[in-house]
Amino acid sequence: MSTTEKVGESVATYVDQRVGSNRFLGRSLKKVFPDHWSFMLGEIALYSFIIVLLTGVFLTLFYKPSMVEVVYDGSYVPLKGVMMSEAYASTLDISFDVRGGLLIRQMHHWAALLFIAAMSVHMFRVFFTGAFRKPREFNWVIGISLITLGLGAGFSGYSLPDDLLSGTGLQIARGIVQAIPIVGTWGAFLLFDGEFPGTEFISRLYGVHILLIPGLILALVTVHLMMVWTQKHTQFPGPGRTNDNVVGYPLMPIYMAKAGGFFFVVFGVTALIGGLVSINPIWIFGPYTPDQVGAGSQPDWYIGWLDGALRIFPNIETVLFGYTISWNIFIPSVIVPGIVFTVAALYPFLEAWVTGDKRDHNLLNRPRNAPTRTGIGVMAITFYFLLFIGGGNDIIAITFDLSINAIIWFLRIAVIVLPPIAFLVTRRICIGLQRRDREKMLHGYESGRILRLPHGEFIEVHEPLSLKERAVLESAIESYRAPLPAPEKVDANGVANKHYRRDMIRYKLSRWFYADDIVPPTRQEIEAGQAHVSHDAALEAPLHEYDEDETVMVPFHGGVLHTAGEPATNREQLEERGGNL
Amino acid sequence: MSDLTTRGGASAPDHGHGHGDVPADDLARPLYEGPGALPAADIPHRPRRSDFDPKAARRAERQVSALFLLSMLMVVLFVVAYVAIDPYADVYIPMFGVVGFQTFALGLTFGLGVFCIGAGAIQWAKKLMPDVEVVQERHSLASTSHEDVEAAEQYERGKEESGFAQYKIIRRTLIAALALFPIPLVVMLRDLWSPKNGSFGPSPVELLSTTAWVEDMPIVTDGTYVKIRPEDVPVGGLVSALPENIMEIQEAEHNLNARGKAAIILVRMEPDEIRAQQGDGWDYQGILAYSKICTHVGCPIALYEHRTHHLLCPCHQSTFDLADAGNVIFGPAARRMPQLRIGVNAEGYLVAKAPFAEPIGPSFWERG
Ligand code: HEM
Ligand code: FES
Repeated sequence: MSTTEKVGESVATYVDQRVGSNRFLGRSLKKVFPDHWSFMLGEIALYSFIIVLLTGVFLTLFYKPSMVEVVYDGSYVPLKGVMMSEAYASTLDISFDVRGGLLIRQMHHWAALLFIAAMSVHMFRVFFTGAFRKPREFNWVIGISLITLGLGAGFSGYSLPDDLLSGTGLQIARGIVQAIPIVGTWGAFLLFDGEFPGTEFISRLYGVHILLIPGLILALVTVHLMMVWTQKHTQFPGPGRTNDNVVGYPLMPIYMAKAGGFFFVVFGVTALIGGLVSINPIWIFGPYTPDQVGAGSQPDWYIGWLDGALRIFPNIETVLFGYTISWNIFIPSVIVPGIVFTVAALYPFLEAWVTGDKRDHNLLNRPRNAPTRTGIGVMAITFYFLLFIGGGNDIIAITFDLSINAIIWFLRIAVIVLPPIAFLVTRRICIGLQRRDREKMLHGYESGRILRLPHGEFIEVHEPLSLKERAVLESAIESYRAPLPAPEKVDANGVANKHYRRDMIRYKLSRWFYADDIVPPTRQEIEAGQAHVSHDAALEAPLHEYDEDETVMVPFHGGVLHTAGEPATNREQLEERGGNL
Repeated sequence: MSDLTTRGGASAPDHGHGHGDVPADDLARPLYEGPGALPAADIPHRPRRSDFDPKAARRAERQVSALFLLSMLMVVLFVVAYVAIDPYADVYIPMFGVVGFQTFALGLTFGLGVFCIGAGAIQWAKKLMPDVEVVQERHSLASTSHEDVEAAEQYERGKEESGFAQYKIIRRTLIAALALFPIPLVVMLRDLWSPKNGSFGPSPVELLSTTAWVEDMPIVTDGTYVKIRPEDVPVGGLVSALPENIMEIQEAEHNLNARGKAAIILVRMEPDEIRAQQGDGWDYQGILAYSKICTHVGCPIALYEHRTHHLLCPCHQSTFDLADAGNVIFGPAARRMPQLRIGVNAEGYLVAKAPFAEPIGPSFWERG
């Protein structure tokens, strides 16, 4: 034992006697984590969040959250002598007069984009594989809260520099608050300490951005990861993987080295991008003033869909008893995101209710094996994407020389029509894949080689599946579930079912959910089918295994026909027996 | 008991759905027993080169330590770049364009330094640490029925001992007290919009409904703040303008609020091109003044198409027809652009002839 290890041991003992840590270490260091590239998405989210925290702390050392007007006197010549807020001036200082300041600023922004992107893709991974099912519903809800907080963190962050672009974003935000019925006007005045832009908002936002939101995210991420830890990670189907085990690598050393190493990789890549690729060049936009705007101003990508909703919504406003309701703002900016996030958060509970599934699920679904869910996911992505396009309609109009009116009208219709179509098409595709999988399970895969039998029939040679393929395909058996049985109006004892109507709705939904799923074959069918496949292979085998140079038979394994001394091919063999095996 | 089996071990996993307590589920398929449930020992595994070739293993060792060495080198170079490179120098990087030389060098050295640590660790894990997967059993998360009973009993005991069930009045007053105690926290939010010099001043509605424009207020250009004569406004052009006293207000109030409300645009058309106005003769010889603040959610507008007289908001593309009383012709805005009545004063400068007749900017609940 080296000296370091001796010191380490006594430290471990010292700590253990006070907190009992060795008990935990002993159990945990061998804890198994399954491996799959998509499990890195959550990791990327975590790591980019840590990078955002680290770079953010550096920025707080130089940034001044103040809207007091000053005359700029830094080293960026084009703005010398211009009146601007201290917030903007200090951001210019970070960019031009603090060595490495621009690097850290750009890393902070890039890592924030990566954070939200990784969270979103991670969410879809969890969704499409059914990882949110029992027992992981709470973690899904936490995840949705994290995304929501992530959007808030991003928006509050890029509003801080007080440049022309971010000020415009705040003006829009204020317009949205003001459009909330009844409380909107007062809400806006309270938030901004009076009229827009006022002098307080940046410093208020600062507290939200550096303390409130990161604090909440940190707390939720902690719970999220503790839950992953206790519930153990899900795994994709594969040889030896069941619903009741975890197959993978132990925490110490492999997972630690890989995950720890991966943190440095993400950190390093963020630094490389931060040094190379400019983002949010606020000095080009100029300081904020409420009577100017840059043409073609765009929010960060994750706000784009909300902006798109605001752009394409028809201009409906009603005045009722002397009060104004701005549907054109309130619905796309408050109601729509409210519904989107609420439905997303409740999805696991809705699905569990509809399917009546109360089992634990530790083995992930292949998306094709849950066609309705996959369809819903693609529908959501289509909806998001159309709104996102809406957020860039001016850019699209200019780039492709289209009329903005035409784009908006297209989107107004598309946003209602295309998502359901996407749903139906996706579900069809999934079911088609299921059908193909069933074929494969029963008959192996098609080799593409055609064999002509003596009596003239052509058959395509099917080859047996590898162990891994079989495990993956046969997970359909695990995933399959029948729709709920129809509810009875009156039960066997003649008692009326009080919840008949509710049960009926649920019964119908469950039928819809599992509508056209292909029933996977049973084990007996698979085995019978596989035997057939070996038979096919055996028919063809001698043709292949005949070594022409040596004219010596290569031993053939698994076949039923060939024995030494017999005719070399099945064809001859068959002919001998009159085409009968 | 060890719950850890490697693939050499023989313990067969128990494959079913969940454990004892979970009710059987006849809508699901029966227990799964395909290759997915193969005992760990039977799963094929192909050894890596470094597992049997000591030379390959040594090569991997060298690669990993080379990465760590490179990382150290990068840190040294980072410090050199920090001290030695001129912070104001630019470089041209193919594909990325012109970037600050120092920012680029710092990002490169720091990035590579950190990246190499990660790459080394991952390479180490991949090439030199065992790559045989390990199987661990899952255990039910639910408490046992014994633990459930225990929890219920303890709850009952607590309820009994506190008398929570029997002291009705205590219970109700407690709940009411707890419901009321956040009130002070909410009340205190009132001064988020704080009084100035001990007074709250005008109400939100009054503030949103008034601007710095009053009768005979001269109109000045935005930026240079010079008064405007009618002939300074070209046909087809657009002039951003403000009230003459805007800078005084700004200095007195120390904010940009007045500017955000009073910003206007001036456009000039041939008088016969004007189809409608918000009031008779509110123009001055074909010069029209409209608010610059979009009635949708408040972006300032300055995109003017002089042939069609359309004003286009850059934020969400609301389009207003300035020849037709500023009405909305397309886009999400529901209200027309408020028009400012203008004329000229004795010296021949353009002035406002009256305040705005309606609130400018985005709608709000009390606007009506
Ligand atoms: C701050 C952002 C987030 C961080 C740092 C984070 C981190 C992680 C990590 C490291 C894992 C384990 C590995 C993995 O499956 O990728 C995980 C699992 C999980 N995450 Fe997240 N995540 C975040 C956001 C989300 C979001 C937005 C959702 C969904 C709405 C979500 C839902 C889940 C669920 C249900 C699991 C358990 C899934 C399983 O075991 O396969 N997480 N998270
Ligand atoms: S702010 Fe002008 S269209 Fe939205």
